[in-house]
Order: sequence, then C-alpha cells, then structure tokens
Amino acid sequence: MSEQQHIKLPEGSIERQTSTLNLGPTHPATHGVFQNILEMDGERIVSATPTVGYIHRAFEKIAERRPYYQITPLTDRLNYCSAPINNMGWHLTVEKLLGIQTPKRVDYLRVIIMELARITDHLICNSVIGVDSGAFTGFLYVMQYRELVYEIYEEICGSRLTTNIGRVGGFERNFTPAAFQKIEKFLAEYPAVLKEFENLFTRNRIFMERTQGVGAITAERAMNYGFTGPNLRATGVDYDVRVANPYSSYQDFEFSIPVGTTGDTYDRFLVRNAEMWQSLGIIRQAMDKLKQLPEDVYHADVPAYYLPDKNDVYTKMEALIYHFKIVMGETDILPGELYNPVEGANGELGFYLISDGGRSPYRLHFRRPCFIYYQAYPEMVQGAMLSDAIICMSSLNLIAGELDA
Amino acid sequence: MSLTNEHIKNRLVEKFGEALTNFEESHGIMSFHAPKELNLKVMQFLYDEEELQFRFLSDLTAVHYPDQQGAELAVVYHLHAFVPNVRLRFKVFTDIQTPQVFTASKLFSSANWMERETYDFFGVDFVGHPNLIRILNVDEMDYFPMRKEFPLEDQSRVDKDDEMFGRGGSVGI
Repeated sequence: MSEQQHIKLPEGSIERQTSTLNLGPTHPATHGVFQNILEMDGERIVSATPTVGYIHRAFEKIAERRPYYQITPLTDRLNYCSAPINNMGWHLTVEKLLGIQTPKRVDYLRVIIMELARITDHLICNSVIGVDSGAFTGFLYVMQYRELVYEIYEEICGSRLTTNIGRVGGFERNFTPAAFQKIEKFLAEYPAVLKEFENLFTRNRIFMERTQGVGAITAERAMNYGFTGPNLRATGVDYDVRVANPYSSYQDFEFSIPVGTTGDTYDRFLVRNAEMWQSLGIIRQAMDKLKQLPEDVYHADVPAYYLPDKNDVYTKMEALIYHFKIVMGETDILPGELYNPVEGANGELGFYLISDGGRSPYRLHFRRPCFIYYQAYPEMVQGAMLSDAIICMSSLNLIAGELDA
Repeated sequence: MSLTNEHIKNRLVEKFGEALTNFEESHGIMSFHAPKELNLKVMQFLYDEEELQFRFLSDLTAVHYPDQQGAELAVVYHLHAFVPNVRLRFKVFTDIQTPQVFTASKLFSSANWMERETYDFFGVDFVGHPNLIRILNVDEMDYFPMRKEFPLEDQSRVDKDDEMFGRGGSVGI
C-alpha cells in the first residue's frame, strides 16, 4: 500500500464526504443475490453492510411438515453447486438417528459422489475468482468438466443440478456400467485440465498481485467467526470433518488436508486447487476398493426405511406395504436428538435434528457454513478497494441458496 | 491424552455444582442444560480452561417446546474443541414472555448472525447484542415464524382429512 497523504480538508468539503454504493442485490459481479451497502471513500471501502435473506425459502419450517424422505429435495437447494453432499449429509443424519449401518460399497459410492461434488464446487469457485479478476479462459476450460460430472449425476439419479440423489439407506438404483465409464473418463481427462488451469493461474503474476493479501484473515479471527472448510484451512487450521469425525467410511482413505498460511484470497484459491487433487485421489482409491466388493449391493437391508424399487412395489406385497408406509409417513422413526456434521464443499454442513418420533422432524436446523462465515466479510474488505471486495467475495465461495436457507 | 466426556462433566460439575442438569450422551455428543443466567459463564469457562478449549461455536439455534410451561424456548449451543476434537451441546431454557438470554457475540463473533437468525425465527431477545434485527425475514414481519403456533398448512381446510395422511387429526405442528 502506498503511503497515505494527509491533506487538511475544510469541514464539509466534498472530499471529506463518503459516498454510499449499493453493490447488488443483482449485480453481475456478485454471483447470486447478495446486497452490500458500501460506504466508500473514493475507491476505498470504509464499511460494508451485507443484507441477506433475499431468497429465503423457510426450509426449516417446511421440514417440520415433511416426512423424512421429502426433506432431501430441500437440502438440494441449499448449496446447489454441490447438492449431492447435502443429500448425503441428510441421509447420513437420518441413518445415524435410526442406527442404520450401510454396507461398505454404499459408503464408497457415496464417497465418489461427494468428492465429485466437491470438485465441481471448487472448480466453479476457483474459476470464478479468475473471471472476476479478468481471466475468463480458465473458467471455460474447467466448466466443460463440470458438465461431465453432471452427466455422471444424470446417469445415477436422473437429474443434474438439484440432484435428490440417493435414499435413506443407500442409492435408489445401482450405478450403471455407463456411470462407471463416465467416472473413469472424468478421472482420466480432468487432471490434465486441472493442471492447465493451475498453469494459467497459480504463478501468474497478474493473478498473484490481484489476490495476494486481499481479504486476508488470521486463524484466530477465522475461528472466532466460525469459518470452516477451505476458508478456514487457508488460514492454516487443519480442520476437516472428514478427518475429525469420519463418516461414510472416510477413515478408509488416504488423503491429506491442504492448508494455507495467510488466509488471503490467493491461499483460498490454492487450498481449493490442492483439495481437487486430493478428491481425485480419493475417487481413484474408492474405484479400486469397489472392485473388491460385490457389485449388486447398493443399499442397506432396511426395508422399513429404504424406499423400495418401483418394480417391486408393483409386484411384491411387502414392497408395496413398505412403500406405502414410507410415503405416507407411517414408518416408526426413533425419537432422538443429534447433530451430524459433514464436510460440505465450503465448510462444515451440520444437521441438527430433533425427532419426537413423529412423521416429520420436530425441529431441523441446518448449520449452513457460508451463512456463518459471511458475517466476517465487512471486516475482511474494510480498507480494501472495490475490486478487491468483489474478488474476496467470490473467493469465499458464498452460495446464495445456502446463505438464505 | 484424550479428553473424555466424563472428564468434561466432572470439571463442569466441579465449577458449577448443581446448576447444570440433565447430563446425557447421545450419538457421541454430550449434552446438558444450564440456567439461562449462566450461559455466558459456562461458555467462558469452557473457552478459557486450558485442557478444555472449546473455542469454536459450531452452531447456535433455538427450539420451541410449547408444552413446557415457563421454559418454552430452548437456545441450543454446539461447541467444538478442535485440538482434543470433542463436541458438546448445551441448552438454556427461557420462558416465552420474557425471552431474554445473554448474547454470546462478544465471545464468538460468529454468534452475531446466528443470534439474529434465532431472534428472527423464535423471538429470543439476546441481551447485549450489538444489532439485534431481523436477518432473513422481512423487517415488517410482526411474528416469529418458527414458533409452533404457526402451522405450516392451513388448519382450516376441510377438503383434506389429516387422518388419512397419518397426521392424527388436529396436530398443532
């Protein structure tokens, strides 16, 4: 930063006044509905006041009136860049409540899907940092691989963005050979593209100068602000729910937690890139582990909770009964209270569920990582330039759907 | 040395005596109830104590129990100690007429918006909060929508027989 010149300005002169700038709610540089009322002194930000809630959809209230299997589509719409992680998180929460043990194969299939989702989420976030700093090419390179992942989702569950993937107890159907082929194709082709993407950015002088030191936060402040996920790891705290509280057999995998040092935009970018490499490694390991497991297992044997195959519903009495009971909310759900965290793509996604034994949760609270860490934004951009505020926001990986629930 | 829930409980009982009640452990997390006047003291104790170090507020929310006379609202705190990797949960109960609970936002900056959200949906008045205004709902709203007295579906509808949908007639949820 250049040295500030202190000029004595007369009281009430126009130079002494700050101006108010509305950034958002619909601004092309804020990806989603974010409004920030910025108090600007020239090009510098004196203070920022974020307004949230523009797309609040009352999911927690709706969830109190929905049977458990109907809550999965609600979770899709939280972090819609990595909807499968939310879906799996919800299934895992219900399974934990009901004490369902899923077979290893289900765990590994879930791990594959969750890590694919993590890659898509990170590649969007990182390439968008590029877009916001004027480098559009990288975005186009990686975007076509998100498409490939969406085709994998489509092959498995039939939908692409809001996936509603899986069921309580496992998956709705087995992975087809085509799905595995697509995963293999992705594993074979994506590393080269990611490498190229990194070549474009990581040591790019312009990119480094635009991002280093921008939106930095210390580890202490980040923890105090409830940061989780890559944003916390960029400050140097090696906290990852996959390691701290392993779920879905993450303990069977070898991977490391990339950490940064300074907690600035550049470190967040690097941490996400490194995590994509780790995720690719995890998927590769999972694919290898799957080869040693029986190929026809794709759900736990819990007929009372697992929505049966549609063909069975039409032909088998038990399946019809269970289908009816599950769809009508007549299944016996155990009363209980639990908090189940999973490592979402942008932080710790927690489900605080209270069941009173009824057909719907008595209370369901989503711990939405970006809602919690977005409140640090004013502190992070104070004194920065407007263009730094934009790039800082995109590096935080804020997803409007998750922010506003 | 790993930190056990039993040890945390002993330390808490040692410090606060009979004030903390309902210790239980379910799904790997220990939980207890604290009087609402003590919520900050409990959190500060857990934060400062060298061997506990609960310095991360994972989650803060509320639950409405309309049937508990005088303790209708529960504010739920989830704390996490990173180094020993232990989580715990505690609740403070407050009555719905005077829902005043001390704010945790001085200790945890993350509590700021979580408390605003809790106020927004449950009307818990966090005493000492720097900016306790609605966050997700519109400012003009004059009720607290997550309370149980606001049913999600129109209860006056007669064309749907709730008995047929496993909802047991007039369930007020």
